[in-house]
Amino acid sequence: MKAAAFDYMRARDVAEACAALAQGNGKAKLLAGGQSLGPMLNLRLARPKLLIDVSRIQALAGIEDKADAWHIGAGVTHSRLEDAAGKLGGGAMLAHVAGGIAYRAVRNRGTIGGSLAHADPAADWPLALAALDAAVVIRGRAGSRRVAADRFMKSAFTTELAADEIVEAIIVPKLSAGARWGYHKFCRKTGEFPEASAACVLDPERRLARIYVGALTGAPQPLAGLARAAAERGLAACTREAIHEAVAAAAPQLDAIDRRMHAGVVARALQKTFQS
Amino acid sequence: MAEQGIGARVRRKEDARFLHGRGNYVTDMLLPGQKEVAFLRSPVAHGRIRRIGKPKGLEHAVFAREDLVGAESMAAPSTLPGYKVSTQHPLAYGKVRFVGEPIVMTVGATRAEAEDIAEQVELDIEDLPVLVDAQTTRAQTEIRVHEEWPDNVACQINFESGFEAKARDAAVVVKRDIDLSRQAMVPLEGKAVLAFWDERMSQLMVYTSTQAPHIIRIGIAQMLHLEETQVRIISPDVGGGFGYKCILQPEEVCVCWLALKYKGKPFRYIEDRREHLVAGANSRQHHYKLTAYADKTGRLLALDADIAIDGGAYSMWPYTIGLETGQATGNLPGPYDFRGYRAKTQCVATNKPGFLPYRGVARTGVCFAMELVIDAIAREVGREPWEVRMDNLVPTTAMPYDNVTKKHYDSGDYHKALRLVHEKIDLPKWRERQKRGEPDGRLIGVGFASYCEQSAHGTSVFAAWGLSIVPGYDQAMVKITPDGGLEVRIGVHNHGQGMETTMAQVANQILGIDVAKIQVMHGDTGLTPFSTGTYASRSMVMAGGAIAKACQALVPRLLHIGAHLMQCAVNSVRYENGKVVGPQSSVTITDIAHAWYRLPFRLPPDVDLGGLETVMAYKPKVDTGAFSYASHAAVVAVDIEVGSVEILDYVIVEDCGTLVNPMVVDGQMLGGAAQGIGTALYEESHYDANGQPLASTFADYLLPGPTEVPAMRITHLQTPSPYTEFGVKGMGEGGAIAPPAVLFNAVNDALKGLGVELNETPLTPRRLLAALERAGVKGGMRAAS
Repeated sequence: MKAAAFDYMRARDVAEACAALAQGNGKAKLLAGGQSLGPMLNLRLARPKLLIDVSRIQALAGIEDKADAWHIGAGVTHSRLEDAAGKLGGGAMLAHVAGGIAYRAVRNRGTIGGSLAHADPAADWPLALAALDAAVVIRGRAGSRRVAADRFMKSAFTTELAADEIVEAIIVPKLSAGARWGYHKFCRKTGEFPEASAACVLDPERRLARIYVGALTGAPQPLAGLARAAAERGLAACTREAIHEAVAAAAPQLDAIDRRMHAGVVARALQKTFQS
Repeated sequence: MAEQGIGARVRRKEDARFLHGRGNYVTDMLLPGQKEVAFLRSPVAHGRIRRIGKPKGLEHAVFAREDLVGAESMAAPSTLPGYKVSTQHPLAYGKVRFVGEPIVMTVGATRAEAEDIAEQVELDIEDLPVLVDAQTTRAQTEIRVHEEWPDNVACQINFESGFEAKARDAAVVVKRDIDLSRQAMVPLEGKAVLAFWDERMSQLMVYTSTQAPHIIRIGIAQMLHLEETQVRIISPDVGGGFGYKCILQPEEVCVCWLALKYKGKPFRYIEDRREHLVAGANSRQHHYKLTAYADKTGRLLALDADIAIDGGAYSMWPYTIGLETGQATGNLPGPYDFRGYRAKTQCVATNKPGFLPYRGVARTGVCFAMELVIDAIAREVGREPWEVRMDNLVPTTAMPYDNVTKKHYDSGDYHKALRLVHEKIDLPKWRERQKRGEPDGRLIGVGFASYCEQSAHGTSVFAAWGLSIVPGYDQAMVKITPDGGLEVRIGVHNHGQGMETTMAQVANQILGIDVAKIQVMHGDTGLTPFSTGTYASRSMVMAGGAIAKACQALVPRLLHIGAHLMQCAVNSVRYENGKVVGPQSSVTITDIAHAWYRLPFRLPPDVDLGGLETVMAYKPKVDTGAFSYASHAAVVAVDIEVGSVEILDYVIVEDCGTLVNPMVVDGQMLGGAAQGIGTALYEESHYDANGQPLASTFADYLLPGPTEVPAMRITHLQTPSPYTEFGVKGMGEGGAIAPPAVLFNAVNDALKGLGVELNETPLTPRRLLAALERAGVKGGMRAAS
């Protein structure tokens, strides 16, 4: 399959991209790494009239240390985060998650902002950033706004973004030294999207206790009760029954098989958390 | 010169161009004025075509069946009982019978343009009821894939020998339903064809990605009413065949028709991955209902088999669906010694792509079915499965052995392979670890599987299936070049088998010419002698045998010239390592070549007028096949919480007779086993009730990758076949046969305490968890553990 005909422009900056998006009237699409959009174009599932290439915008490419948080430009590739392992104080989980996305060729081009904006239910960033209590910085013609990462994705392939808006950056609060986290996904093979995924972050100092389960039909879902119990009583609170009940409550649409698989993955994420 | 003949570990000559990206595939070819072709394919599984609307102004670039004036339809005959011929038009006519069937061909300057045009074609198709399930379709007569047939059974084979008498006294009866899902073969390169009319040669030049150029020439000539002298087929570098490219493709006929219609213009079609996964989902789908009868120790007495093969919509030219049906019936008894067998095998037409034999052909299916039943018997009688296997294997003292279906097993020590694989996997170690349990709660299982594999089967086997093309003698042409090198021309085709190296090793074995100076030419009907091509693990036995014969035929001529050059008697010289050695001196093959080509005044007056080239033909003394065999063993860890299976160890002990190049055999084994792991755990072309394929991209059709294929350990036994040149046996397919059986047996071993058994490929997490849920097995893993 080859893509249907489209126009192409390379945006010089975020403002130009927003303006072009607005003019495109819903028929323009942003192109960053193209790792999801490329195949969709070739399968003719995505048929934009205009592709706005934002991959060269320098303002989207920064990884900045802002004392209590990391500011990650939307155009930062997964591989840059992967390669920053050991240098992201308080943000080690970012490098870990980035290094597990698909395989290296995809990570070399795919971007954190592109992944969030694409909003695949099984993708890593919506799950990991929700658990990390991150915020998404959105820019439109009217200015910029912030949305919590766990509210950014509304459902499968649907986000907070208005037609003229673009993800500009992600703000990830740094975890304190005593924080523990675990990230686990079950993929049928290396590089595939997971069948089930889970992220757990426990940071008593910041009073953060979050468990999210991902690879559902929509956005990742919180297991707030289980997270509280884990924070208060540790691994002993996380019985098989407790995990199954939490997953069933958070994702009632799952059948017995999917529930079992997701519960199994949550259990693994918890194991990793308490081993960390 | 290092040892380079039979058995030498010579590095593959072809690897330099492949590894450096310098291969030349049809996709790499670009001719002036070349047009690209796209196909509009059926969006429905079964329907009547009411109207095809060509876009206004683009009619010249759009072709439907009625436009292909002069193109015949494909129909493959067979004399198997009850076999029904299906007529396949190169573009669908009247009806469409599977999703992905080509209906309209479009032409553009680029592929994108051709697809743009295809998208504008209007199709009006009346939906017909869809047949997707072979089991229910075989009783269905109201709705039929081919209306001219009375039912949907494309072919049926019944076999009975000694069944009642042997089954009567069985102490143990085991029944199992065993299923294999449909698969696509997924070569790296799909179909690819480029054709143009060459005015100078007055020939249709066809570059096509095929395993069998000479067969395609027959097919194209026949379909387009050409003389075979008017057709030249070149199969350049080919990115894998696996059986997908051993038949005539409708797309080949269509593109060749264009090249004839618009003489001088080149037309090319390249299959894309989505087309392949949709229109090429054509193999492996077998359904078995087996009843095995054994004594109380697990000694097999008789087997009753009811087999349904999901044949898809068309029986492909020339090998037909009879090939799979015949192989399933005849090969099910496997490497086992028992005398009661009854089988009913039906090949059923359904609304899916027409079935093709995939690496291993029916044997991956029959091995899966048979080996699962052997393990089921072992569990029933409470013994180790490998021991029950040992008790049932054909003993080496019985070789050659005619089995219950009259298959003639030529040689081998089946027990030795199983004993060795048992040793190497170290069963006691794993049994011990199983007892201890894993810290992470996973369950360990060990599985075994044995098979024997008919390879290089020839005339008598294919003739019995009544095909229109039956393989017989394969030929090789060898020609010493003026500088003392050698050209070897063979009609088979090399697409991953390493034949540009191994065939040179065969020539080296006879003539002693350095492998670097031997050019193996193949894949071109204009340059090579006839062969039915590369399939059925036949090329080394057949073409290798012919090369040996041809090289041997040159030796007396070389001796004659050599003796004359040394002025000594012919009976005083011998041929040794590229030299004719006389009582006092020797001459090299280069000296002799110089004499023949450049300094003819040196030749003896009665020189052989055949010169330094010859064509010889070969087939084995007994042409029913040389039987390779192997035992595989694997250890798995099963996670019953998420449904994953990890392969912890995998061992292969195989015997393909005399090894021509051990490294190449290893490569073939590993590649085949990787595909077998795909069958076992990953690959599935599933369909919904409307016959819509649900796996049309690699997001849904999973292949094993480098991290899913374990580091397998291979041991070779070498029992030469008594019937073939050098004792070689075919081995290209074997690796793909055993993995589904061995991995399922391992998983079932892991789960045996839970009362759960899995019998359907692939073993997906969902299938595994569904079986556990049905059995009420809770997960064993706790976060707190």
